[in-house]
Amino acid sequence: MAALTKADLAEMLYQELGLNKREAKEIVEAFFEEIRRALENDEQVKLSGFGNFDLREKRSRPGRNPKTGEEIPISARRVVTFRPGQKLKARVESYAGGE
Amino acid sequence: MTKSELIERIARQQEQLPARDVEAAVKMILERMTQALVRNQRIEIRGFGSFTLHYRGPRVGRNPKTGERVELPGKYVPHFKPGKDLRERVNARPVRED
Repeated sequence: MAALTKADLAEMLYQELGLNKREAKEIVEAFFEEIRRALENDEQVKLSGFGNFDLREKRSRPGRNPKTGEEIPISARRVVTFRPGQKLKARVESYAGGE
Repeated sequence: MTKSELIERIARQQEQLPARDVEAAVKMILERMTQALVRNQRIEIRGFGSFTLHYRGPRVGRNPKTGERVELPGKYVPHFKPGKDLRERVNARPVRED
């Protein structure tokens, strides 16, 4: 099954909400951009029924180039984690379609 | 930022659209993304990230109240992998080492 993309979401808004194609595309773009912007500004994102995007700070740690075996430090960094909400977890948990 | 704040922020940029259309759009997007995961369809948003299901095998757990052993069946859980643009933007400001 092909992945769900921004183009599919825009097509849905065009078909089902009656937005014009440009508006539909802009809303989908803005949806993801506003989430990125909030996270970039260190703001947690809480989408009830779906899940939360949290920020975590990781300390620097020693790493290694897997090809050469050479030691290279991994710098301290901020990462995004997604915690699915109860409702989303409950809806996907029983997936039994195989694959 | 909550879902209603997200709706407000998008509505502010889309002044030609009634706020209720923006609200309906945000809810439809989230519902469509949920439906994708419910049928194990991958979600791939370039520059943002991808969502997939990961399988967790069956295990024996305990009822925290009674201490009784309970067999927990395997299940699927949603997983998000941030895309390159999101990773870089979130990490753009230096992280304080303590």
